[in-house]
Amino acid sequence: MTLDQLPIGVPARIARIDWAQLVPEEAQRLRAMGIDEGAEVKLSYRGVFMTRDPIALEIGRMTLALRRAHARAMEVEPVINEISAEIPAEAAE
Amino acid sequence: MTKQACVVALVGNPNAGKSALFNALTGARQKIANYPGVTVERKAGRMALPGGEPAELVDLPGAYGLDATSPDEEVTRAVIMGEMVGQARPDVLVIVLDAANLAQHLVFAQEMIALGRPAVAALNMIDLAERDGLVLDPAALQAALGVPVIPTVAVRRRGLDDLAAAISEARDRVSAAAPAPRPHLTLPERRMLAREMAHGAILSESSQHRIHSRIDHVLLHPWAGPVILFGLLFVVFQAVFSWATPFADALKAGFQALGDLVRTVLPPSLPRDFLTDGVIAGVGAVLVFLPQILILFFFILSMEATGYMARAAFLMDRLMAGVGLSGRSFIPLLSSFACAVPGIMSTRSITDPKDRLTTILVAPLMTCSARLPVYAVIIAAFIPSQQVLPGIGLQGLVLFGLYVVGVFGAMAVALVLRRSVTKGATSGFIMELPKYQLPTVRDLALGLFQRAWVFTRRAGTMILTVTIVLWLLLNFPRAEPGADQVDASVAGHIANGLAVVIAPIGFNRDIALALIPAMAAREVAVSALATTYAVGETDPDAQGRALGVSLKSNWSLATALAFLAWFVFAPQCMSTIAVTRRETNGWKWPIFMLSYMFGLAYLFAGLTYWTAAAFGLG
Repeated sequence: MTLDQLPIGVPARIARIDWAQLVPEEAQRLRAMGIDEGAEVKLSYRGVFMTRDPIALEIGRMTLALRRAHARAMEVEPVINEISAEIPAEAAE
Repeated sequence: MTKQACVVALVGNPNAGKSALFNALTGARQKIANYPGVTVERKAGRMALPGGEPAELVDLPGAYGLDATSPDEEVTRAVIMGEMVGQARPDVLVIVLDAANLAQHLVFAQEMIALGRPAVAALNMIDLAERDGLVLDPAALQAALGVPVIPTVAVRRRGLDDLAAAISEARDRVSAAAPAPRPHLTLPERRMLAREMAHGAILSESSQHRIHSRIDHVLLHPWAGPVILFGLLFVVFQAVFSWATPFADALKAGFQALGDLVRTVLPPSLPRDFLTDGVIAGVGAVLVFLPQILILFFFILSMEATGYMARAAFLMDRLMAGVGLSGRSFIPLLSSFACAVPGIMSTRSITDPKDRLTTILVAPLMTCSARLPVYAVIIAAFIPSQQVLPGIGLQGLVLFGLYVVGVFGAMAVALVLRRSVTKGATSGFIMELPKYQLPTVRDLALGLFQRAWVFTRRAGTMILTVTIVLWLLLNFPRAEPGADQVDASVAGHIANGLAVVIAPIGFNRDIALALIPAMAAREVAVSALATTYAVGETDPDAQGRALGVSLKSNWSLATALAFLAWFVFAPQCMSTIAVTRRETNGWKWPIFMLSYMFGLAYLFAGLTYWTAAAFGLG
């Protein structure tokens, strides 16, 4: 699944980014803002109008707006293991 | 010469609160200029170190790293590295961090610290972090970073003395033993380390009860968001045009009174006419726009300070993408409704050069406040004051129509430019949506004062000069007794030549005479027409009426409509051309702008005239 297809509010991890699909300066900019393989993101808003462009993501404590064309270059995977593994450990204390 | 003052630079990501910190540290003691050769604003001011020793504080544009992706970031890089001409290399770097977003902001911070220069970190906006449920440990962060970490709340003026003390100490440490530069880490390594350091500095963190996400829920709502945005824009325009009226009237009356005073004090002479008709009337005609410009800037500065501007860009991005631009162009274009000059200057935040150029080229098509007096005079004289629908008058509708034509014209030109002259990859839109914040009165007032000062200075220098030159051209050489002074003057000769060119689109010599001085600024057209028709009235209301009467007896309706169409497109503003030259670093684009806008103005004025004449209105 690519990032633009992610449902709103579902946390995900960026598994792979096809950097070749992005303009080099934009790729550099996205990377500087924390968008990279392994980053955890959550889609929070989609734009108006038919194409639902642009989109807003939460990455860490930052909200970042980008176009769906950028998001299409990013493969995401669900985040499950770490969180569910930590909760029982804390509860056991 | 004694030893140079210590130079301190504020660096950090955008939205770290650098400007607020800069304002808090320097107060009103700041100077805004441009870096030589580039188009980025240089903000510098004096701050006091402990013991009263002054230091020069420079506010650098926000950057995400030392690899520049925009003109702003390039300036930041060059100043930090000491490569910027006319700017001494900073002695101390103050790294400004958003306390609520450390994992991101520490990435660039590490790059700064790795330079091995004296540095201090300001853990800024710590109050907002606390509001978000974050409890931080500055000592832990200081240990991890290896530079002093000072918690600050710039807008509440908290932590400023500690910061000044830390800057002073860091500076004094230079001579003793400069820390060795650290090994260069790659971006992923820095990011990983930033996350670890942020994690280590957070003592406790409640879950994401963030006010701003709740506000965004409404303001970025797929359909409520745009409705709120357009409602807000409606209020802004309403305010610009109605709230400003009493102040503008008062200013107008003030200049009128000043002119009358000079007229009673001095005996009738050429120098007296020069003072009243030239200097006072000319500068006064421009200064009456100050209230409108301040009101518009009040809204724009508030929208920026609260963080709403980025949301507006988000909401408008899709529409702007339709003509090949991005949401980032929305802010400059909105500012251009007040004046294209600040609009064009605010394109600096647009990273894509082609996008930025397109935005600069179309910004003057947005109906700026200087067109308003021209429109107002012509509409009042030629459009009957009748109701079209209850509460909607024909005159207001025509005015609104002129604004709409301007917006659609700008969009159409952008579309064409993006496919021809500024062709390139479709622009992207990547923008951080900052946290919502209440703006402080102090910062707003300071921003407004700076805008007012820039505008007033322009009226006092450039516009004053043009007015004087026009007055001289109109009055020399002196006509033979009984002959027409205008025809005898240098300006009259030029106008008679120009009249041949503009006769096909229904313009006469009087219009030619108004268009030449209006090259300086559009609103000058009104006073130039008034002078040409030799209206002797001094009362401002009567003067407007009298000008209307002379216009009606000298112009056909077709000519008047063509004149309006001309002003929608004509690039009649020297400051806009000058700022375009400065922002594009050359004459190529301002000349292009002049040619295409004059071309459109001629074409549309002609089309309007010929159509109206065909309907028997000529």
